[in-house]
Amino acid sequence: MTAAPPIIAEPPAALPAPGVRVQRLGQWRRLPLKAKSGAILLGFFVLAGIIGPEVAPYDPSYQNPAPSLELHPPDAAHLLGTTQTGQDVLSQLLTGIRLTLELALIVGVVATALAVIVGVAAAFLGGLWDELLSLVSNVFLVIPSLPLLILLLDYLPQKGQTATIIVLSGLGWPWGARVIRAQTLAIRGRDFVAATRETGESTWRILAVEIVPNEVSLIAANFVNTVLYAIGTSVALAFIGLANLSSWSLGTMLYWAQSQQALQLGAWWWFVPPGLAVALMGTALVLLNTGIDELGNPRLRDASHAAKIGGRRQRPADPTPVLHAPPPPRSKLGSFMHSFSRSSLVDERRGTGWPLERRGEQP
Amino acid sequence: MKFILRRLAFYFVAAWAALTLNFFIPRAVPGNAVQAIMAKFPDLQPSAYRALEAMLGVGHPGSLWHQYWAYLDDVFHLNFGTDLIEYPAQVSTLLAQTLPWTLILVGTATVIAFFLGTGLGIVSGWRHGGWLDRWLPGLMFLQAMPYFFLALILIEVLAIRLHLFPIAQGYAGGLIPGWHWAFIGSAVYHALLPALTIVITSVAGWMLQMRNVMITTIGEDYVVAAQAKGLPTRRVVFTYAARNALLPQLQGFGLALGFVVSGALVMEIVFSYPGIGLLLLSAVSSNDYPLMQAIFLVITFAVLLANLIVDLLLVAFDPRVRAREAA
Repeated sequence: MTAAPPIIAEPPAALPAPGVRVQRLGQWRRLPLKAKSGAILLGFFVLAGIIGPEVAPYDPSYQNPAPSLELHPPDAAHLLGTTQTGQDVLSQLLTGIRLTLELALIVGVVATALAVIVGVAAAFLGGLWDELLSLVSNVFLVIPSLPLLILLLDYLPQKGQTATIIVLSGLGWPWGARVIRAQTLAIRGRDFVAATRETGESTWRILAVEIVPNEVSLIAANFVNTVLYAIGTSVALAFIGLANLSSWSLGTMLYWAQSQQALQLGAWWWFVPPGLAVALMGTALVLLNTGIDELGNPRLRDASHAAKIGGRRQRPADPTPVLHAPPPPRSKLGSFMHSFSRSSLVDERRGTGWPLERRGEQP
Repeated sequence: MKFILRRLAFYFVAAWAALTLNFFIPRAVPGNAVQAIMAKFPDLQPSAYRALEAMLGVGHPGSLWHQYWAYLDDVFHLNFGTDLIEYPAQVSTLLAQTLPWTLILVGTATVIAFFLGTGLGIVSGWRHGGWLDRWLPGLMFLQAMPYFFLALILIEVLAIRLHLFPIAQGYAGGLIPGWHWAFIGSAVYHALLPALTIVITSVAGWMLQMRNVMITTIGEDYVVAAQAKGLPTRRVVFTYAARNALLPQLQGFGLALGFVVSGALVMEIVFSYPGIGLLLLSAVSSNDYPLMQAIFLVITFAVLLANLIVDLLLVAFDPRVRAREAA
């Protein structure tokens, strides 16, 4: 079996400035494929959100009175067709991506900040405060959020972007708080924190310099998750009409498509683009999150590119040695090529990969 | 027993929190329900104000404390007041009509999705890097898709283009709901597409979680030991690895349920399915506050109950919980 040889350490000498860039590129290349594709896909949408409204060919609200433009399928003038009132779908989409992303990112920042504050406070204050804060987050986790959101939003006097942001942030923090609390409790007991305390650092400094920086990856994952939640929920809320319906977001686009019977009229170009945009943004975020997960837990990594030795893509050892299924024999050319690779030093036919290779495991 | 009692206490607190939120939200927001209705129907005379107050139960006499107790008493007796829009109808009657539809549809579909997803997760976790893993990005795409959007697509393709399924509604028009085969058959036929939507969108989440826990579990010493003993693969996979990997999955079930229910509510709107989601939509679009609040309570309680059942299952499956109790 293949016991992956340790990766040769990078040259320890400090590289000059251009070298740093090379190193960065190397880091990027070593990121899991999922994280990379997620980041690229998300970047595409962020770009569309930034420049979209500027490059939109028409005013998204402009109702073209020409009767021929009612529910016109996509053509050169209207790349994604028109709505029933002659509005340009592409312009609505470009404007809508910005509004939806803007909302989701703000909610992500606010809710993650709340989660960090609550989680760290619960872990550090301990005792009754911890019990209380944990109870509150657990209660909010178990109460289904959408009906509560609907109730809150419906009672608010105006249903604009701000109202949605406030309500979504107010209900989006419990999960993160729970995870961050657990992590803070774990870090708090480590020696380096005890050492800083012994040197007389203030609690605030310990929190800001020792604890929170050690949770960055967790906070990042939580941020991505919250953005995902904000996109899905805000679109669903707008879809049932709980949004400012005169503004263009992906959710309000879907609301109008549904309420104007786009489906029954066969106008797929009206409801597919916004829905697909939501789904793709969500996919990008899920990919990004899985990538972050895999960085922390290499065992989850896609097996096909985990071991790439001697130019040949090799499957890493099965999770447990499967002795009754030897690898298929190589072709003549294949075994000749293989004799040059480092892994040929280990006879993989015999299955001597014992004890099991355990990548990235803590003792 | 101790574990169950502690969980019961927790759900009691959660239920109380939901009830209290439900009581205070209308009172904390500027402009109460009565004013909203008055604004919505400008031809109402100002004298209608008191009548509306009485009807909504906002004008309960006495202090806030007193109102709170009256409210708890009402909820306890399943008395959610009178509906505003379908005026003489009681809110509880409307709920009783729609709740079974949602419970059966969402319940069945969620259980199917759970078992299917967990099974696929076991396979793809065991055969890590195999052909199932190659479908992961596609599954993530399905997971990230809003329920209602998938519902729109499925209707477009399967119902409108291919005429395989009915487009909407819970049963064929003209049938009288009742316990006879024509109606039941029609109801099942109409439930297939909505159920498919729920299964497709939620199966990926279960599968991904199970796969990740499976991969971690397989690396544990006891699984290696089982393999070394020469136990058959089937036994190692199911009795040693999957059984233990299932526990986090079960624990996640309760939390995921709220998400599934929320998605299913919106999905029902697309299908005009006669469940509680459609009722919620009509309540929202007509500012029917008593109905909205009652729906919130009912959904919350249903989710809490499902969580309690999951906890009981956890006691049955996880010897550590029982051991902790014995200690």
